[in-house]
Amino acid sequence: MANYKYHILICGGTGCHASQSAKIKENFVQLLKEKNLENDVQIVGTGCFGFCEKGPIVKILPDNTFYTQVKPEDCREIVDEHIVKGRKVERLLYLDPKTQEHRSDSKHMGFYKKQMRIALRNCGFINPENIDEYIARDGYKALAAVLEKNDPEGTIEDIKKSGLRGRGGAGFPTGVKWSLCRPNKADQKYMICNADEGDPGAFMDRSILEGDPHSIIEAMAIGGFCIGATKGLVYIRAEYPLAIHRLQVAIAQAREYGLLGKNIFGTDFDFDIELRYGAGAFVCGEETALIHSMEGKRGEPTFKPPFPAVEGYMKKPSNVNNVETLANIPVIINKGWEWFSSIGTEKSKGTKVFALAGQINNVGLIEVPMGITLREIIYEIGGGIKGGKQFKAVQTGGPSGGCLTEKFLDTPIDYENLVAAGSMMGSGGMIVMDETSCMVSVAKFYLDFTVEESCGKCSPCRIGNKRLCEILDKITKGQGTMEDLEELRNLAHVIKDTALCGLGQTSPNPVLSTIDNFWDEYVAHVVDKKCPAGQCKALKQYVIDPEKCKGCTACARNCPVNAISGTVKNPHEIDQAACIKCGTCYEKCKFNAISIK
Amino acid sequence: MEKIKSLADLKKKREELQSNLQLREMGDNVDNMIQVKVAMATCGIASGAKQVMETIINESKNRNLSVVVTQTGCMGYCYAEPTVEVKKPGQEPVVFGYITPAKAVELVEKYLAGNEMLDGVIPVNYEKIDK
Repeated sequence: MANYKYHILICGGTGCHASQSAKIKENFVQLLKEKNLENDVQIVGTGCFGFCEKGPIVKILPDNTFYTQVKPEDCREIVDEHIVKGRKVERLLYLDPKTQEHRSDSKHMGFYKKQMRIALRNCGFINPENIDEYIARDGYKALAAVLEKNDPEGTIEDIKKSGLRGRGGAGFPTGVKWSLCRPNKADQKYMICNADEGDPGAFMDRSILEGDPHSIIEAMAIGGFCIGATKGLVYIRAEYPLAIHRLQVAIAQAREYGLLGKNIFGTDFDFDIELRYGAGAFVCGEETALIHSMEGKRGEPTFKPPFPAVEGYMKKPSNVNNVETLANIPVIINKGWEWFSSIGTEKSKGTKVFALAGQINNVGLIEVPMGITLREIIYEIGGGIKGGKQFKAVQTGGPSGGCLTEKFLDTPIDYENLVAAGSMMGSGGMIVMDETSCMVSVAKFYLDFTVEESCGKCSPCRIGNKRLCEILDKITKGQGTMEDLEELRNLAHVIKDTALCGLGQTSPNPVLSTIDNFWDEYVAHVVDKKCPAGQCKALKQYVIDPEKCKGCTACARNCPVNAISGTVKNPHEIDQAACIKCGTCYEKCKFNAISIK
Repeated sequence: MEKIKSLADLKKKREELQSNLQLREMGDNVDNMIQVKVAMATCGIASGAKQVMETIINESKNRNLSVVVTQTGCMGYCYAEPTVEVKKPGQEPVVFGYITPAKAVELVEKYLAGNEMLDGVIPVNYEKIDK
């Protein structure tokens, strides 16, 4: 009989999975067998711990030791030292960059200190492919309580009072959404989960589905009961194979226990869930486009009203909620709306999961209470800017959001404040940029994305975004004029006001927010024909300093287009018209005589 | 597999399953728990530290005590093996020597559950640098 003294938790999120966490798990199994310790140590594959920067993560309990960047060949040392002898493997512990000391307990790491995990409560704690572990953590308790109480209106009222708002982007109150769907009569209604996470650099929903799929199943059943739907559908992108697999396993287990299917908990409530795969179009995160895609039609949005609550999937009343929103539901019911509404700011309650990325030391998945400041996220949780560089901006809300500058570092983050600052919450992508990022190029990057992802149904989005992108391209090439900047602003406002769906209405945000916050940088591109960050290739100039040049000819010999002239032992010169700005001369010069202007 | 048919079923099931995760739940809150470290170097193991650890785990479980039991290396008191260090929240650690399995039962009963001292306390003559 197994009597476990240690649990070894191994991260099985996509990030760590890609760095061989499956092999690490296999090695542990093998080693423990070798040492006859199978009954003393339990090995658990979990969901994402969030600290992806330092993955693969291995956590040992009960002494709460947090090993980072573990390689398959480190397993032997961990077993020999930690498990057998009880000594921690110092070199694999997290090294605090400030104090240069090793930290063994995750609670004492800056990355975790300010976090509050509600939606991610089980990620990195339970085995997502084992329903028993979910049940042991109060899983399905909320569903049972809701069914037992048999008061769907009351439950909706509780969700309303909790202040939970949609985590997919716009922040519509979840309880209100449910109450709009409930009164509509039909022979069939649908509870839909939107798992079409499309922002570049965002992986919140994927991690929840990979780390805690049962919480979504439970929440969908609760939602189904409240709005009167017996069918649940998860729209998930086919690019998320691991999330799909774990969800399928979870659904099968829930069915086996009778937690999905007919007469759940002995009541007359029936509910079951099916998956629908998306092909990865950004616009399909918009609920009407999502519904069309599920019906097998083109993923194009339609004008609202009619809202999906009246006429949704297959023309039946439907309710669409985002993954992270749903992950909050069971906890709200278990702990009460009063508890949930005590967290956060006046109008934004609870927590928000962010995918922290970009030029920051601790890249990863974080969950923080609403009202936290950007400074806390970037400098305390994120550990500051990489390589000691200067902070320049943070992009939130993905292609629909905007860039926030230093002056917003101390603004409490919630839905309203981000919109007021010219950005938005979005689904929670957060990309940090340092002084080497060119803001015109950043705006162009997002516009490239929206042009690619525009469905083409309405002309403001189809044509307007394309034009915006062309103007930005012109500016980055040094061919822009001051009229172009004016035009950029006007066109952006027209698109914002006239586009059909959320994608088009928000797509000019990256342009507008960078113009507002970095006007000087745009002017530098247009008037001085300079890129202050040195990113725009066409505006770069490689120049040889005749004082420093020894005439070694290394640059001239390596120049692929023969743009450098000069004789041996005499200063060389670059023909700017012929130069293709490849940077070869800059790398080859041994005397630091070449600079970028 | 047996279906869960009611709230009572779920509760029963949860109670059965919770003990499997107890170790992890404790680890999450380790600062507020009684922590027991059993010295398990060669000297400790040879004197029966494994059985002692087993006994402490089982006895605490039987008494519904939340105790985090881990093993550690040699504490240096090889003459008094098996040795066990107990740290209660907010208190200085106490090291006990000559803990046989029978003595371990007593340790759990008297010191862990109550607050009664036992014979065999080794005066701590070192300082610990916590990281």
